[in-house]
Amino acid sequence: MDFVPNSEAEFAAMLQASGVSSFDDLVSCIPAKLKEFRSRLPAPLTEMELVMEMEKLAASNRTSRQVLSFLGAGIYDHFIPPAVDALASRGEFVTAYTPYQAEASQGTLTAIYEYQSYLCAITGMEVSNASLYDGASAVAEAGFLSLQANSNRPRIVHAASLHPEYLATLQTYLAGQKAEFVSAPLKDGVLDLDALAGLVNPRTCALIVQSPNFHGCLEPMAQAADIAHRHGAFFVACVNPISLGLIRPPGEYNADFAVGEGQPLGCPMSFGGPGFGFLTSTKKLVHKISGRIVGQTVDENNQRSFCLTLQAREQHIRREKATSNICSNQALMALRACIHLALLGKRGFQQVAQLNHQRAHAAAAAICGLRGFSLAFKQPFFNEFTIRCPVPSADLLARLEKENLIPGLAVADPNAKSSNLLLVCVTETKTSDDIQRLVKALAAFSTP
Amino acid sequence: MRPPLLNEQSKPGLQAVAFPVTNDPVDLPAEHRRQTPAPLPEVAEVDVVRHFTILSKDNFSVDTHFYPLGSCTMKYNPKVNEYVSALPGFAQLHPLQPASHAQGAMRLIFELEQMLGEICGMDAFTLQPAAGAHGELTGMLIARAAHLARGKPRRKVLVPSSAHGTNPASARLAGFQIVTVPGAPDGLLHPDQVAPLIDEDTAAIMLTNPNTLGVFEEHILEIARMAHEKGALLYYDGANLNALLGLCRPGDMGFDIVHVNLHKTFSTPHGGGGPGAGPVGVKKHLAPFLPSPRAQQNPDGSFSWQHNLPQSIGKMRAFHGNFSVLARAYAYIRALGWEGLRAASRAAIIHANYIKKQLEDKFPAYTNRPCMHECVLMANHLKEAGLTVRDIAKRILDYGYHAPTIAWPIHDCLMIEPTETESKETLDAFISAMRKVAREIETESYTLQHAPHHMPIQRVDEVKAARELRLRD
Ligand SMILES: Cc1ncc(COP(=O)(O)O)c(C=O)c1O
Repeated sequence: MDFVPNSEAEFAAMLQASGVSSFDDLVSCIPAKLKEFRSRLPAPLTEMELVMEMEKLAASNRTSRQVLSFLGAGIYDHFIPPAVDALASRGEFVTAYTPYQAEASQGTLTAIYEYQSYLCAITGMEVSNASLYDGASAVAEAGFLSLQANSNRPRIVHAASLHPEYLATLQTYLAGQKAEFVSAPLKDGVLDLDALAGLVNPRTCALIVQSPNFHGCLEPMAQAADIAHRHGAFFVACVNPISLGLIRPPGEYNADFAVGEGQPLGCPMSFGGPGFGFLTSTKKLVHKISGRIVGQTVDENNQRSFCLTLQAREQHIRREKATSNICSNQALMALRACIHLALLGKRGFQQVAQLNHQRAHAAAAAICGLRGFSLAFKQPFFNEFTIRCPVPSADLLARLEKENLIPGLAVADPNAKSSNLLLVCVTETKTSDDIQRLVKALAAFSTP
Repeated sequence: MRPPLLNEQSKPGLQAVAFPVTNDPVDLPAEHRRQTPAPLPEVAEVDVVRHFTILSKDNFSVDTHFYPLGSCTMKYNPKVNEYVSALPGFAQLHPLQPASHAQGAMRLIFELEQMLGEICGMDAFTLQPAAGAHGELTGMLIARAAHLARGKPRRKVLVPSSAHGTNPASARLAGFQIVTVPGAPDGLLHPDQVAPLIDEDTAAIMLTNPNTLGVFEEHILEIARMAHEKGALLYYDGANLNALLGLCRPGDMGFDIVHVNLHKTFSTPHGGGGPGAGPVGVKKHLAPFLPSPRAQQNPDGSFSWQHNLPQSIGKMRAFHGNFSVLARAYAYIRALGWEGLRAASRAAIIHANYIKKQLEDKFPAYTNRPCMHECVLMANHLKEAGLTVRDIAKRILDYGYHAPTIAWPIHDCLMIEPTETESKETLDAFISAMRKVAREIETESYTLQHAPHHMPIQRVDEVKAARELRLRD
């Protein structure tokens, strides 16, 4: 199968019109020895065979429809209104290119402008770009921007509670830069502010803190931001966007960058991608941020129009002097987020956050009612929390897998060889029946 | 009248989607609580649906328009790939589920890596990178790590002046100094241009082949030899791989590291700017440096993640890549097989040469050599007419075609990439529109200067956008 809509007769006519007698004449510039290679691919499939093959592959996964899962840790199972799919799957959006030709791209451009507006609304920040790859790379971009904007400040301090994959990405991205990474220790699941004050210094370009953090706890963001600012460092807040219907947004504690993973806003889990990274900042830093930005302007008739702007920051203009190397982003996922936020609106956005909070707290209370189970940290949380179990969490997971139940993620315990810690996520999609089933299953492990 | 924004349609109390919250008090300390609700619009579902449906109609897209946008490979995106990539068995899979729950997804990842290896002539692939530039950064970090492991860190990366902007930007982000290799009049990279610039401090040369002028780098084998003699690595920017499927392979040319853009060559849709995917392939000697984790097949045929990779550069993002994009590309390759892939590149090359020949008298080609899958044509004599190449681009929109890539990689050029999925009728109609524009350049410069005239809006004022900076409501 191929998708070529011309006949051999038409190819012959085009070749002749091009002044050559065969296709080989067009590719005679390729050294002959390069054309002699042997390699194998599976035989082509008809569309029907392909669909059957792909359905078989998909069916051999056990998904959140077959398994009751309380996994979170960066990717979350949230309700996605069907209108998101209906609108975001329109070919006019899906098969468009980057909107460099503004007059042929007002649909995409207007939607990105609205996306930027909504991201500013939920984070409380002043400006937003049009998206980055994912939450982890957004943290890395913020780290790089902080390094660039603060020469002679090579130190990046991050809370030890940053998602381990985000930290790994940050360190990988910046391996070629003269950056030094310092991990700020925790006390009872959140930053130890006294210790932090001793680690942030005038050589620090950024303090990166995630809240809710990897353990589910809400960090003392305002105090951490103050410590960063006291030394002239940027404060980078990494946040879960869906939490912001309830939780204090980065704009309210003067973050310089608010970044994170946008998947909870209308994107399926899809084995971890694509979601999108978001990056918001302050007006003051707008010329230094990375990624595409849409601005409002007018056309020759003075009608409101939108176009990409501040492109002098970007690689296609500035090459190695650009603020980042990013070109393609995750536009279609940002569109999904835009539609999702519009559908939820002011009230729905608050409700979904409240419902996450309610259900997670109901689950936590019920689990902690079981003998031997307790909250690992006495900290406020949103929709994720760490439980200390009476048995190693890996054993618990292995036993419940047979019951098609994933009670959470087994996470390491820095103070013990084998860990009894379990990170549990309860979103609005978990009903009270689901929570009861979880509690009942855990009860089997409870100490007598 | 332009459509109002949703914020402008907002009416207090409206809400399209509600959730079953109870009135139980929320137990949350004030210091963690949001003080004022986020100012999102309050609208009904029908408002949202109309708004985005109306907006979608203001877009050009491959589904609605021919998009001869050079370097971007705007080929048709088969609908079956949208369907299969969104199957619930994939869409509802959490990346941290145990491998035993994700065998289908992992098989797909493992097999896609293998197939890309066969297509490109490379030994091992990672599917983590989310786009071409992300792949470039991955590749440059691999180059850095490999030189470090040899005990000889190197500082420089050679990049031709015609390279895409992401190449130097990625190399610089990885910590390298950029050495620009100037272009030659025939559009080719010559060994004697490379010789004075390459030395023992050169970590890598980044090349696109066919290059961004649409011609095959004929001296590639000699350049590969020179690079390897100095201990430098050869990096392949796979943005133009759509020319070479089944014809030849970057691995055989001597490339040590390649990235491919699944959103170009392998037909995954561009989505208005993303998501794409930029898998990176390497030769065996660089495989230990690939990002972690790596998919592996166990002796019993099952799949698992390998995390213990002491030389790995680390992680380029969280989890396993843009999986649903990978699924589309996997489906595309399985549908086409070698025959279909070969047919695609053959058609793409014939189409580009056909357009070039039919327009050459009006827009001379940058070089006389046959082009590969795209051609670079020159718009001369614009100055005399008081025009810029941008005016041409805007005027082409009026004829119902997306504009070619303009003013890159050289001034006053049009880079035209028809792809394989356009019919001869479409190509002929586009050629005739271009010929009309050529006449208008001579006689109707005013029409061009103020183009477009038949689009939803007239020409936008980009200067005002940058000067006044309205970036949100
Ligand atoms: C030659 C070339 N290299 C690299 C890129 C960057 O790819 P991406 O946008 O996927 O990051 C492009 C994209 O347009 C390109 O044309």
